[in-house]
Amino acid sequence: MAAPAYRRPLLYRVLGNTGVTLGGLVLLAAVAMALFAPWLAPQDPYAQDLTARVLPPFWHDRADPAHLLGTDHLGRDYLSRLIYGARVSLAVGLGVILVSGTIGITLGLAAGYFGGTVDMIVSFVVTTRLSLPIVLVALAAVALAGASLSTLIAVLGLLLWDRFAVVSRAAAQSLRSRDFVKGMRAIGAGHLRILFLELLPNMRGALIVVMTLEVANAILLEAALSFLGLGVRAPMASWGLMIAEGRENILFDPWLIALPGGLLCALVLAVNLLGDGLRDLTGGKAK
Amino acid sequence: MLVYLLRRLVVAFCVCLAVSVLSFALIFLAGDPAIAIAGSGGSARDAEAVRIAYGFDRPFAVQYLDWIGHVLTGDLGRSIYFNMPVTEIIGSRLPVTLVLGGLAFLAALAVALPLGILAALKPEGALDRAALLLAVTGQAVPSFWLGLMAIVVFGVWTGWVPISGLASWQGYILPVAVLAFSAMPAMMRITRSGMIEVLGSDYVRTARAKGLPAGQVILSHALRNAVLPLVSLAAVQLGVLLSGSIVIESVFAINGLGRLAWESLLRADLPVVQAIILILSAVYVLLTTAGDLLNAWLDPRIRGAG
Repeated sequence: MAAPAYRRPLLYRVLGNTGVTLGGLVLLAAVAMALFAPWLAPQDPYAQDLTARVLPPFWHDRADPAHLLGTDHLGRDYLSRLIYGARVSLAVGLGVILVSGTIGITLGLAAGYFGGTVDMIVSFVVTTRLSLPIVLVALAAVALAGASLSTLIAVLGLLLWDRFAVVSRAAAQSLRSRDFVKGMRAIGAGHLRILFLELLPNMRGALIVVMTLEVANAILLEAALSFLGLGVRAPMASWGLMIAEGRENILFDPWLIALPGGLLCALVLAVNLLGDGLRDLTGGKAK
Repeated sequence: MLVYLLRRLVVAFCVCLAVSVLSFALIFLAGDPAIAIAGSGGSARDAEAVRIAYGFDRPFAVQYLDWIGHVLTGDLGRSIYFNMPVTEIIGSRLPVTLVLGGLAFLAALAVALPLGILAALKPEGALDRAALLLAVTGQAVPSFWLGLMAIVVFGVWTGWVPISGLASWQGYILPVAVLAFSAMPAMMRITRSGMIEVLGSDYVRTARAKGLPAGQVILSHALRNAVLPLVSLAAVQLGVLLSGSIVIESVFAINGLGRLAWESLLRADLPVVQAIILILSAVYVLLTTAGDLLNAWLDPRIRGAG
């Protein structure tokens, strides 16, 4: 695809794209929620009050003004727990792409740049990884290694690198024979220098899109694992865990699962919108 | 074609082998599987007894070869919890998951294919935008949450469908719909982009120029080439549906393979977990290989290049 002859300044292109603006704003709000949780939360998210269990949110008649969004089955303030829940989701999203991005990009770059046997081995490893049922393997690994936030991030990071590898392999393949790479070889640059200082910066557009996809993926998987009781541990406020805890009261108090689920959807949607929008901006091909 | 077929089969076999090593090695993540099986209440002597009974005291390679040897003869070991052959337990649970995954796959295809084609006919049109919105939502909504909300709305408030179990055919509606909704977006998008690309090609323009009816051009000329990427993706999605049903089975209290895997994990019934991971991976390899071969049969160019 030929680049347009005239490109508007980046800021205008970003603001002109509704998806990027909307997604970015929601994501910013979530990041702010996570960073400033101790100041934003009206109450201690771990403080139990067994005399005030399952109080409804403000739109109900018997709501307590002290608990704007009600309380859970242990009398903990729901709004505070929802705010703290953003921390878990974002920590998992960020932590996982740091691990998976490092693995995937290294493998993909090596496969695309060197080709031949290296490429065959990496392709085989990717195929093997894709064959593993991801939810089940993650569940089993977390259960066996001991459930905790860091285990969860490590396990998901070790499982979600395949897209990074595929995309960076393709990019490295197409860049390998370009003149600037040949030039670098000619002036005696080492493979590592070419790979990480020349090839990597040239594929950032494609990688940013994969990054957003995987952040969304990791957040959804964390929620599913925590929902199944094998993610983060109990007193911690994770949206997936809150849905699991609210499940018993689903008949009479569906808001207990509607609220954390709604936030989860909003966050994942925002990250996806941001990714789709950035793909349009960087001129990548839509799938 | 024969060379291509053989190459694909060799790769599939090697992947299966690698997956079997991984699913066997997984239980050693616990550090000592004997302690995991003996449970938190087990004494050191219990763990020692388990270690000898299950042969965990032998070298890893010996244990693996022993296990894979039995697997190849159709023996997946014994469940610790049920004290029954794993094959029997899985045999009784697998059909439920296969039916659920198969129905969800068909439902997703039945929506994705026509929607993708219609969206491609007028890119950026109203229908295309609506389809995109549906796809974006489908990818963002966690399926377990959607399942719970569906139970609240259609099971509790309106009472149209039973809230759990598969006792009647109505019980299938919600789990199948929720699973299908998660698999549909990717299939719809790939149909759409494939169609847009093919509809812009020269041979479709020629077919139109010589006055063929639009329906015939779209369905017999364009679709045949546009579905090629869908075939590969469909194989992947079917595999994803089978392993993704673990969450949905737990939400709707369905006694399928996924729920069995989850329960087995909670009670440290490791032989069952190993066997299910192995089976799901093997099914995935089988499906993707079949998808590739189907593609090669549909498109002679792949055979030559492969």
